[in-house]
Amino acid sequence: MQRIGVFVCWCGSNIAATVDVDAVVEAVKNEPGVCFAKNYQYMCSEAGQALIKDAIKEHNLTGIVVCSCSPRMHEATFRKTAEQAGLNPYMVEIANIREHCSWIHKDMKEATEKAVILARAAIAKVNLNAPLQAGESAVTKRALVIGGGIAGLQSAIDIADAGYPVDIVEKSPTIGGKMAQLDKTFPTLDCAACILTPKMVEAAQHPNITLYTYSEVEEVKGFVGNFNVKIKKKARFVDSTKCTGCAVCTAKCPSRKGGNEFNCNLDTRGAVYIPFAQAVPNVATIDTERCIHFKTGKCGICQKVCSAGAIDFEQKDEFIEEKYGAIVVATGFEILDVTKFDEFQYTKHPDVVTSLELERIMNAAGPTKGTLLRMSNKEHPHDIVFIQCVGSRGNTCRDKTYCSKICCMYTAKHAMLIREKYPDVNVHVFYIDVRTPGKNFDEFYRRAVEQYNVDYIKGMVGKVWEKENGRLAVQGVDLISNRRIMLETDMVVLAAAIQPSKGVRNIATMLTASIDTNDFLTEAHPKLRPVESPTAGVFLSGVCQGPKDIPETVSQAGAAAVKVVGLLAKDKLVTNPCTATPNELMCNGCSSCARVCPYGAIDYVEKEVNDHGKREVRRLATVNSALCQGCGACTVACPSGAMDLKGFSNRQIMAEVDAICR
Amino acid sequence: MSENIIRISGINPRQCMKCGKCSATCPAFDEMDVHPHQFASMVVEGRVDELLASETLWKCLSCFACVERCPRSVEPAKLIEAVRDCVIRQKGGSYLSPDDIPEKLDSELPQQALMAAFRKYRK
Amino acid sequence: MPINENKEWKPLIVAFCCNWCSYAGADLAGTSRLSYPAEVKIIKVPCSCRVNPMFILKAFERGADGVIMCGCHPGDCHYSTGNYYARRRMTMLFSMLDYLGIDRQRTRVEWVSAAEGQKFAAVMNDFAKTITELGENVKLGDLRCKKQQD
Repeated sequence: MQRIGVFVCWCGSNIAATVDVDAVVEAVKNEPGVCFAKNYQYMCSEAGQALIKDAIKEHNLTGIVVCSCSPRMHEATFRKTAEQAGLNPYMVEIANIREHCSWIHKDMKEATEKAVILARAAIAKVNLNAPLQAGESAVTKRALVIGGGIAGLQSAIDIADAGYPVDIVEKSPTIGGKMAQLDKTFPTLDCAACILTPKMVEAAQHPNITLYTYSEVEEVKGFVGNFNVKIKKKARFVDSTKCTGCAVCTAKCPSRKGGNEFNCNLDTRGAVYIPFAQAVPNVATIDTERCIHFKTGKCGICQKVCSAGAIDFEQKDEFIEEKYGAIVVATGFEILDVTKFDEFQYTKHPDVVTSLELERIMNAAGPTKGTLLRMSNKEHPHDIVFIQCVGSRGNTCRDKTYCSKICCMYTAKHAMLIREKYPDVNVHVFYIDVRTPGKNFDEFYRRAVEQYNVDYIKGMVGKVWEKENGRLAVQGVDLISNRRIMLETDMVVLAAAIQPSKGVRNIATMLTASIDTNDFLTEAHPKLRPVESPTAGVFLSGVCQGPKDIPETVSQAGAAAVKVVGLLAKDKLVTNPCTATPNELMCNGCSSCARVCPYGAIDYVEKEVNDHGKREVRRLATVNSALCQGCGACTVACPSGAMDLKGFSNRQIMAEVDAICR
Repeated sequence: MSENIIRISGINPRQCMKCGKCSATCPAFDEMDVHPHQFASMVVEGRVDELLASETLWKCLSCFACVERCPRSVEPAKLIEAVRDCVIRQKGGSYLSPDDIPEKLDSELPQQALMAAFRKYRK
Repeated sequence: MPINENKEWKPLIVAFCCNWCSYAGADLAGTSRLSYPAEVKIIKVPCSCRVNPMFILKAFERGADGVIMCGCHPGDCHYSTGNYYARRRMTMLFSMLDYLGIDRQRTRVEWVSAAEGQKFAAVMNDFAKTITELGENVKLGDLRCKKQQD
């Protein structure tokens, strides 16, 4: 039997004005287990806490109930008080008689009755409370960054600078991500490569950073502070320690029909390739689907021309297992497939391109060496039409419901760059809204209109078709003048929506990180915890969390890094003691609990049990208390009632129900 | 009256983001006095009388290009159809009469338009 | 049990609220001084998925006239999926309440976020009104025991 003390707070007049605190004390005195009850003006004050401590010692209390404000307010305070008096902090329960009683009821009799019932429920619960110990778990001082674009690189460099080792896993042969494909960046128009490549080199040379390129995360186990990750290093068929990046093999490879992904398939590359000149690591990779040697067993020209002897057709996938304390997801984005928008003729006409393709056409290392040319006949264009919001902001099956955020700015950038370099080219932009929040962003857009005479048309394009002369006809509408617009143009550029990379679903499942309906990773709190996933130890960086531009991505990457450093700096993590716990004698090993656990905290072991003298080996559920967050989903899923939750046990909740319904 | 049109069409005109893709797509745009993109906002604003009197009702080909391409599922052709229904349901309303058809015909008029127009006649 | 004719009958309502959203919503209703009937008594659970349908039946057995469960809005669960499980379990429970002789309207599931104090009060007022109109619930007692007592 517990020895319970009940402390009723007046909260000045906040409680005492509507609840007869003396009556409450009198009413609870005869409750089972109660051996002390008292009221006081301010329980949370120094004197009030001293009163509680004295009572604990004097009456040898084993549990206390504080009838006061919400536990969200002062539960922690009173737990600390109890601990100081030598009582286990989890032997404290709060009856919320302020927010849930005195503040919402006016009638004193009614409020007092309710306060008594709430106190009784808390007393009934404390009677069944057991002392709980918050556990500790160690922290592996190493971080994993998934994705080697600007977001991943920035996070990795920041964590590494703080002194912790970081591994970057990148699925393509080089780090750099989408930013490496960009030509210039808004609003300053500095070249993307000039600011990105130094970062790539910095990451590669940093003593605390290990790069795993052409690699993928295969499996994630464990929990915050103790993740076990299996990484698959795909075979490049080139020994990266020997390859010097001389690119002789890539030039000599006879299999040249396949598209070059780095240039958005606007030109071709060999089966052995280095994505671009500044690739990190600057090592060739063989694409086995295109390589003649892998298809027919013949060829082998690359092997013959390689003076370093780096080509190794026998190379196998490698698997690396490593422990991490924290994981940053920076999987980035891809461009929405615009082939569904057949009204724009994207699949039919080579002069209809996406903005990323235009980015490559404008880039000096791109398919046209930086000269703006029509892809159909390699001639200089005279008119260009930009169409905004292709696949963004819609609610049909073709569209994404969100605004892709970056398109307004990069279209202004493209329009401005084209008008700057080729003043003879007429640029028309069909827009629904121009959205340019951000430092120097609207000024940038206004410059495109005012200084560069870019023709912004408020309206949409209905359809595009090829004319007999090979040019494109554009039929649109100008909503301001309420008239039909018919244009003849040489190129059409589609500002296609951006969407999270396809692989993110798989990664989110492995990490038990949640994703929203658009496959963006969810943050723990939209305002106050924007870089943390709800799963402890998993952090978000870049567009995988939502559309954002480069400055925002870099800030978020830095923020995620700080959160990681804050975690890795700790030697031990305190774990929540209110975790699920199975009764071994009742468990039948059916796996119902593991299936509903959002954290993968439940595992199974074969264990010998003594069931009424009969010894047998059974499959039993075990809960990893460091992983368990104490939601209780498993307790209800368990068909035999073997699973229970410490601090909110079946008996405790039933006792509360009983006390209320008495 | 607006509610009536919303009910008949089954469309929520407040979903419209005023992108104008319907009008940009519409093959009969130049024939119309009220353009497809105006329908959604005029229904919201309750300017139904203007819509009831509009030439557009009889110029719309019901080709459903706007329905196909509307990114916000507002589908103006359905709104136009609903307004047209309202006119047809008004006894003695000044809607298109068969006698007026010949003078409105021209050689470029698509057959589909004629087909669509049949259901607009007085019974 | 003798019925006290003088005393006005008041329903007994148990509300299970999840710690992260609905309990905080109830706190906000309190802080905003939005009143709802005193018959509503709140029990805090870590998540709506902690609510075993047995708790609800237990409450009816003990004489509750209405039981309401509140959780985070779908998609907002602190434990990411808890309220989805809760929703399915409650759907199952609802489908068997009629069989048990309990009016379906005596239980309800509502999603109330931490910012929805107003909604919490409105929901509780409405639920209490419904229960008051339905009248006293027949206790889910064990009939065998009753016979022995008689």
